[in-house]
Amino acid sequence: MNYKNLITIALRALFNNKVRTFLTMLGIIIGVTSVITMLAIGSGSKQSIRDEIGEMGSNMIMIQPGNGRFGGVRQSASDMQTLKMTDYESLLRETNYLSKITPTVNSSGQAVYRANNTPTTIYGVNEQYSDIRGYSVDEGSMFTSTDIQKAAKVCVVGQTIVKNLFPDGENPLGKNIRFGKIPLKIIGILESKGYNSMGMDQDDILLAPYTTVQKRILAINYLQGITAAAISEEYSTQAIEEITEILQINHNIQIGQENDFNVRSQQEIMETMDSVMDMMTILLGCIAGISLLVGGIGIMNIMYVSVTERTREIGLRMSIGAKGIHILMQFLIEAVIISVTGGVLGVLLGVGASCLIPIITGWPVSVQAYSIILSFLVCTLTGVFFGWYPAQKASRLNPIDAIRYE
Amino acid sequence: MSEIIKVENIKRDFLVGSETVHAIRDISFNVTEGEFVTIMGASGSGKSTLLNILGCLDVPTQGDYYLSGVQVRKMGKNERAVLRNRKIGFVFQTYNLLPKTTALENVELPLFYNKTVNIAQRKEKSVQALHAVGLEDRMYHRSNQMSGGQQQRVAIARALVNDPVIILADEATGNLDTRTSFEILSVFQDLHKKGRTILFVTHNQEITQYGSRNIVLKDGKIIEDKINHTISSAKDTLASLPVEED
Repeated sequence: MNYKNLITIALRALFNNKVRTFLTMLGIIIGVTSVITMLAIGSGSKQSIRDEIGEMGSNMIMIQPGNGRFGGVRQSASDMQTLKMTDYESLLRETNYLSKITPTVNSSGQAVYRANNTPTTIYGVNEQYSDIRGYSVDEGSMFTSTDIQKAAKVCVVGQTIVKNLFPDGENPLGKNIRFGKIPLKIIGILESKGYNSMGMDQDDILLAPYTTVQKRILAINYLQGITAAAISEEYSTQAIEEITEILQINHNIQIGQENDFNVRSQQEIMETMDSVMDMMTILLGCIAGISLLVGGIGIMNIMYVSVTERTREIGLRMSIGAKGIHILMQFLIEAVIISVTGGVLGVLLGVGASCLIPIITGWPVSVQAYSIILSFLVCTLTGVFFGWYPAQKASRLNPIDAIRYE
Repeated sequence: MSEIIKVENIKRDFLVGSETVHAIRDISFNVTEGEFVTIMGASGSGKSTLLNILGCLDVPTQGDYYLSGVQVRKMGKNERAVLRNRKIGFVFQTYNLLPKTTALENVELPLFYNKTVNIAQRKEKSVQALHAVGLEDRMYHRSNQMSGGQQQRVAIARALVNDPVIILADEATGNLDTRTSFEILSVFQDLHKKGRTILFVTHNQEITQYGSRNIVLKDGKIIEDKINHTISSAKDTLASLPVEED
């Protein structure tokens, strides 16, 4: 069989019915475009959420007090005083999977500079905190271990604080602000990080030595949390296990007893977010897939009508020497040409739309190679699958009846 | 002169419900090269069934049919398709051109199913066939832009393009007015003069005088088969017709 001839025949038949061909194709075009765009939006949002979580420090591990009971009454985590400096010190000494670790205490309050004031949260941490959380100091410097030892009255401020307390563009470095009643000298300014995926302003932050916050602001000697960084993302699980073991020994927790602390990693949060986003992507993909299916049924519908409408043509072709297989292949090739051309146009449109969406709406979008390959394969198969039945019907016509069909 | 068609005691029965209809009951005849045979018969006489068998679209229930020496009865569907493609040219009452397709493309059609013909040959043969029917200046006209007579000429060109051993015409003038009918008949007569073998099925008594031999069918049997010694010229008849006033 000569495929070149059959393709020419099919192309001529399609060209003679330009409008119908295009309308049939439209179903596939819309289907493929939406599959690609939807999957691009899905994976784009997933990527951007991943990035934002990553910005907070993808290998971050948070240890918080929790689950305490006081005479049968369950206490809120922030009231618990189970995490001590000794826990921090033993973790610092004994762990193998942590690269950085800091105690954390925090307090909300009003920061004041002359006539300006702003509500904010002060984080009492050590000098490694900025590395763990992915902050970097833009101007000035981070406080040092000496500052921590001396509980020095110094702080590093985020951009939001700078904006609120120094609206006139005054250089904040070296200025003394007040947090509550405590004067703090600004020795560093953090680079802006913007909002995170939960809508929290990451620049509305005041960092000070944890000793300063513990002693001078909160007047406590326990810790509200410990934040650490695993050597790398992959070691997060081992690090969590190790921390749990050490703290269980420190807190004298027997087997079977509930822990009085929680260890959570950013990894886990990321996995949860991932699964949510995957779900959304699947959902979007399903909706788009359905439109591709509808497009396929459109092909079948048109091909089916086309077979009936072209019965005489089929009869003629058979009487001048076309075999059943020629007719079958002609209609199948027509269906495949429609779906493949529709697929190519759909891919182009889909990629085009994916490029336009971020410009128009600002949504994060990332076109996935697999979605292009997938939708292209699907629409070729759609052509064969939905073209088969009408094509077979055509090839089985009796030329005697077909040629005289009215 | 070689034998193009040899029909030996063929019968064709159809089963309609529980009844058997004998469309053709025992027909035998031969057609030799260069004959212009008209097959006449009223509707129901079995002429369409005979034409289907002669055109290798159908096979007889009994008896044998040889097309230029090849036994058709034992052939499968696909073999008959190839045989039709190489040996037979069909001309139908309703032209059966592909809609919105140029004359040239219509004529090329049979050659698409013959892989021994390449693109250049396909075009060359088609142009020649269009020349033969006098449509060389209408090659790129679409079928819907042509008159009935022109469309039927394209159909004749399509039947000629594969250089068939026989041209089978099924009521080829049935859809045309008197003038155009004679125009088409004269095309057939020209082809006959050039040595083509033609089998022309009709129910129109008048047409029989333009062929070289006339077979009359009735109830599935041949009731008359005689040579026409005084062939009329379709061109002369056309000239004698009163000129239409529009």
